[in-house]
Amino acid sequence: MKERDIDQTISVYALRLGDDALILGHRLSEWCSNGPFLEEDIALTNVALDYVGRARNFLNYAAQLRGNGSTEDSLAYQRDCRDFTNFLMHELPRGDFAFTLARQYLLDEYEALFLAELLKSKDSDLAGIAAKSAKETSYHLRRSREWMLRLGGGTDESHRRLQLALDELTGYTTELFEMDDLERDLCEIGVAVDRSALFDRWFSAVSKTFAEANVTLPPASWAVKGGRIGFHTEHLGHLLAELQYVQRAYPGCRW
Amino acid sequence: MKDSKLIPLLPLEEYQRRRRRRESDIPEVWNLLDAVKDPEIPVLSIWDLGVLQDIKKVGEELLVTITPTYSGCPAVDVMKEDILIALQKTGYVNSRVESKLSPAWTTAWMSSEGRKKLQEYGIAPSKHSNTGIQCPHCNSMDVAVISEFGSTSCKSLYRCKACSEAFDYFKNI
Repeated sequence: MKERDIDQTISVYALRLGDDALILGHRLSEWCSNGPFLEEDIALTNVALDYVGRARNFLNYAAQLRGNGSTEDSLAYQRDCRDFTNFLMHELPRGDFAFTLARQYLLDEYEALFLAELLKSKDSDLAGIAAKSAKETSYHLRRSREWMLRLGGGTDESHRRLQLALDELTGYTTELFEMDDLERDLCEIGVAVDRSALFDRWFSAVSKTFAEANVTLPPASWAVKGGRIGFHTEHLGHLLAELQYVQRAYPGCRW
Repeated sequence: MKDSKLIPLLPLEEYQRRRRRRESDIPEVWNLLDAVKDPEIPVLSIWDLGVLQDIKKVGEELLVTITPTYSGCPAVDVMKEDILIALQKTGYVNSRVESKLSPAWTTAWMSSEGRKKLQEYGIAPSKHSNTGIQCPHCNSMDVAVISEFGSTSCKSLYRCKACSEAFDYFKNI
């Protein structure tokens, strides 16, 4: 690859990681003032804040490489559904508390493995963002893992809801570990992470927790995917309508 | 040799940060920025916190480098503004603040003076691996976590079993 092409490819990669963080951060922020109790409300919004900050770091880097006057804000607020490249799991509606925490736990285990690899990236900007994010994720994981045990071993109701969440989420996990040509190319030059190589460690970590919590992640007998190439569920449009409302209604508005 | 037998040393990045200040040919600017505080913990300066990394003259311009604490910490934007305002007030009109993410900020960079100020302010300073946390009110070590996350990104919420007071703990990262 030529140097300019490499930059543009890394920009797409950074955009993917930024979109993941932005969309999940937005979903988590929906819990603000709606948490089941005060400490949990604060925890959920703290995690949301970390993700939005992570999104800013990735999108800012993507915008720098992209040039043409792009900024983190133009990438977040002025693209439409088909331009977003986040995984589908991140955009699913927040559901009940068990669903939000089950998704978070599955993703925290994934992020912990992913970031530990990304911080070895030959791209020093990506490695820098990963180093910062990895520390935050270790906190997120400790809490979400504890919640799996509490919900799984809690009441019949909490157990039922957690199991239901896992039944709904299982088919969305496949996408986390599927690579495409773009990421494979970047992997070869030591920039991107080979996500397919993370699956075994991820699966054994989550299986261990779920065994302890007395629930099961059903084998993925179905799989929905397409986020990385802009094919989304119907939920993303609604999410963006809210996230982008002010900039769409008052373009360029500042305060 | 066991780790416990080694003389504790500063993290390399922190050693280098202190040396940059000590050997700087513009010490007055470093002193000036001691007045810029963390807006959420107003007893800590950006130097105490380990956020202020370097101050350099690049041609006519003054370049201030900082390392943000947490990715989403809104205090970072305020700190940047406060740095520029403090500099402009004293005549450094041509200045710029740059964020540097790598190496990532860690609580190990906080000065011992900063830790003392935190304690006096009622926030328990971070402890290695989050063990041996002390109540900032009565110094008891008989404490329990209430919530891993607190009023800002950098803190968790604890309770002292000896004096029954709740207190903030500055997370170790």
